Amino acid sequence: MAVEHELHDYDVLVIGAGGAGLRAAIAASAQGARTALVCKSLLGKAHTVMAEGGVAAALGNVAPEDRWQVHFQDTLFGGKYLNNWRMAELHAKEAPDRVRELEQWGGVFDRTPDRKMSQRAFGGHTYRRLVHIGDRTGLELIRTLQDKAVHQGIDVFMECTVTRLLKDGDRVCGAFAYRRATGEYAVFTARSVVMATGGGGKCWRITSNSWECTADGHALGYEAGAELVDMEFVQFHPTGMVWPPGVVGLLVTEAVRGEGGILQNADGERFMERYDPKRMELSTRDVVSRAIYTEVQEGRGTPHGGVFLDVTHLPAETVRKKLPSMYDQFMELAGVDITKEPMEVGPTCHYFMGGMRVDADSGATTVPGLYGAGECTGGMNGANRLGGNSLSDLLVFGRRAGEGAAAYAGSAPAPAVDEEQVDGAAEEMTGYLSGPGSEDPYALHADLQEVMQMKVGIFRDRDGLASALESLEWLEERAAHLRAPSGGKAFNPGWHTCRDVRNMLTVSEAVTRAALMREESRGAHSRLDFPQYDDDWGRHNVVVHRDGASMVVERRPAVTRDELMELVEERREAEAR
Amino acid sequence: MSARSFLIWRGDADGGRHARYELEVQTGMVVLDAVLAIQRSTAPDLAVRWNCKAAKCGSCAAEVNGRPRLMCKTPLDTLPEDVPITVEPMRAFPIIRDLVTDVSWNYEVNKRIPPFTPKPDADWSIGQEDVDRMEEFRKCIECFLCQDVCHVLRDHRLQSQYFGPRFMVRVASLEMHPLDTLDRRELLAGDGGIGLCNITKCCGDVCPEHIKITDNAIIPLKERVVDRLYDPVAIAVRSFRRRLPLQLR
Repeated sequence: MAVEHELHDYDVLVIGAGGAGLRAAIAASAQGARTALVCKSLLGKAHTVMAEGGVAAALGNVAPEDRWQVHFQDTLFGGKYLNNWRMAELHAKEAPDRVRELEQWGGVFDRTPDRKMSQRAFGGHTYRRLVHIGDRTGLELIRTLQDKAVHQGIDVFMECTVTRLLKDGDRVCGAFAYRRATGEYAVFTARSVVMATGGGGKCWRITSNSWECTADGHALGYEAGAELVDMEFVQFHPTGMVWPPGVVGLLVTEAVRGEGGILQNADGERFMERYDPKRMELSTRDVVSRAIYTEVQEGRGTPHGGVFLDVTHLPAETVRKKLPSMYDQFMELAGVDITKEPMEVGPTCHYFMGGMRVDADSGATTVPGLYGAGECTGGMNGANRLGGNSLSDLLVFGRRAGEGAAAYAGSAPAPAVDEEQVDGAAEEMTGYLSGPGSEDPYALHADLQEVMQMKVGIFRDRDGLASALESLEWLEERAAHLRAPSGGKAFNPGWHTCRDVRNMLTVSEAVTRAALMREESRGAHSRLDFPQYDDDWGRHNVVVHRDGASMVVERRPAVTRDELMELVEERREAEAR
Repeated sequence: MSARSFLIWRGDADGGRHARYELEVQTGMVVLDAVLAIQRSTAPDLAVRWNCKAAKCGSCAAEVNGRPRLMCKTPLDTLPEDVPITVEPMRAFPIIRDLVTDVSWNYEVNKRIPPFTPKPDADWSIGQEDVDRMEEFRKCIECFLCQDVCHVLRDHRLQSQYFGPRFMVRVASLEMHPLDTLDRRELLAGDGGIGLCNITKCCGDVCPEHIKITDNAIIPLKERVVDRLYDPVAIAVRSFRRRLPLQLR
């Protein structure tokens, strides 16, 4: 029997309204596609607002010698050459235009003395490259895109959570969702769908991510048949707050180090000298995170289990001007005046390098009609992302995916709704309210976070990962009995969490299986039992996909490109010297 | 660890009441931590809207001990210990459930404000002093606490006649952009209802971003509106210019 639901039909449906989703929706709509944007939160609240440091683009405003080739090389070096080379190329080439475009849409960024957009230094970037405004660049970006989108006639469905993709044969043709406020169901039919749901940091206990980073797009894409790539690479940002307890994991922007902040252990030693004497505090995030973790493990940590990050040597006025929200954050949440005292920081789960495998040029996933952009896709960042490359990534590939999806929609037949799929999706959701289960979603989520935190963290080994898989299997069994502990369909977070936890379980398994397969250490993936780089692994990605009910993990040759070989070799040789 | 009591408003559009919860709290906890801890333990369906828990997204606006605040930015140890902490939804907006209100009206208002419209031949040369002036307004996180506290909206319910402080800030950021070409003063005086603000400055007091909304956005906009619409010299000049051939204007 058909369940009651709203029905909406569009050419292009974009899921997720962070930077990537907004940029995709703007691009699709600009192509003339009737476009809908569906998001779990209110518009403008997506995790993009948390991005602080800046957006990387080789504009050369501050360092005239900067050019796309160097940005490309930096991105590949940061990603340990495992990036999809074509994506890194397009990203480096197009980021400057995407940033200029933002300015033309009303975005406001800090300036150089000659009235151009200013650029700041960041880890792994050869030149000063990050366009920024103070330390709230993400907010500026999302607000600019948001205003552009609403004035371009895009229909926005806020606080509406997608729980399944709908298919017409092999092709994705829409989505099933519920309204958070009322619990009513909504069916969206579309000729193509762009997934732009961000990452899944909420699988870990200590994370900089907000509640909605539950890897929905990774999981829904996987369920619909999309391939996931590079899932073993999860970025732990080196500097999250470690105290007080309520704010553990909260991000401390890399801009603190970009502006001259110094890392010291409890003995007052500037320990980065031992890990990366060349780049010091501005080494890549994987290196700095491992360094901090190691310092703390070896007993040189601060009273609250972190290391010190110090800007007290900078003029107080500079700190308040360049890092205003960090100043406020520490003052108001930790009672620390960062112009007078050092901050205490430690690694926090921050970003998924892995995600749906997409065509670099169009954002097409391996499933017809399904496109992707931003953190829920993989390839751009390889084994480790450079700071500043996520905002540029979502602008460049948001636009490309939006255009790709609009082009596909232009030639695709009208979608047909399969009521059986709709009923199945509705039954799942209704089951969490009225089914026979009694498993508490909050408790299950907390247990999942503990497993991932302890066994699939910064350092990994075979035993830990195998044990994590066993734990995940046990959690999966419990998840079959998930049930909202109380309440009905109207804004019931217990009910919402049931579905979110399912997504996180699927994706946690993908991360763990991929991590178990990659028997080497590279970028953000550090195996204690395989501490070295392995050249053969350096030419391969791990791909995860679904085969019936089981998860398949495969090794695939990495995507390189002959015409870029010279640039890559030039950088490899420079690093070897 | 110590025990604190909370009175959290539970209910929906049909009415509700304060429910009392006791919680063991830790040093450094903020109100949102406490609300989420209560949700995880004793009230799993307690509705609360939040995202970043870092005072950057503006989702967790509510009224704590009667004052509009971000729950994520209100440490428990700043609140009196001898009385229960009350947490209530914002009053200027319709209730959805518990602490969650329907703020969609704000998004509708924003659609009515003509967006940034640059000069066609702009060279994008902008000075830091321009950026600094706009920056105060651009840092708004849209928590809508200023809308909540504004007595025009909260007490007089004049949502149909006044855009509210948030959108005065929005218009100020556009009007002060050196490359914007539109004039939004008639909108402000008309649909925007800027005249309804009688500068009690409550909005700036509750702003978590410390934007001086009244002094730096509303009052300058009011002055511009007056200059444009009521200044007899300006009106005479405009009327004279309108009579001139185009090339002389």
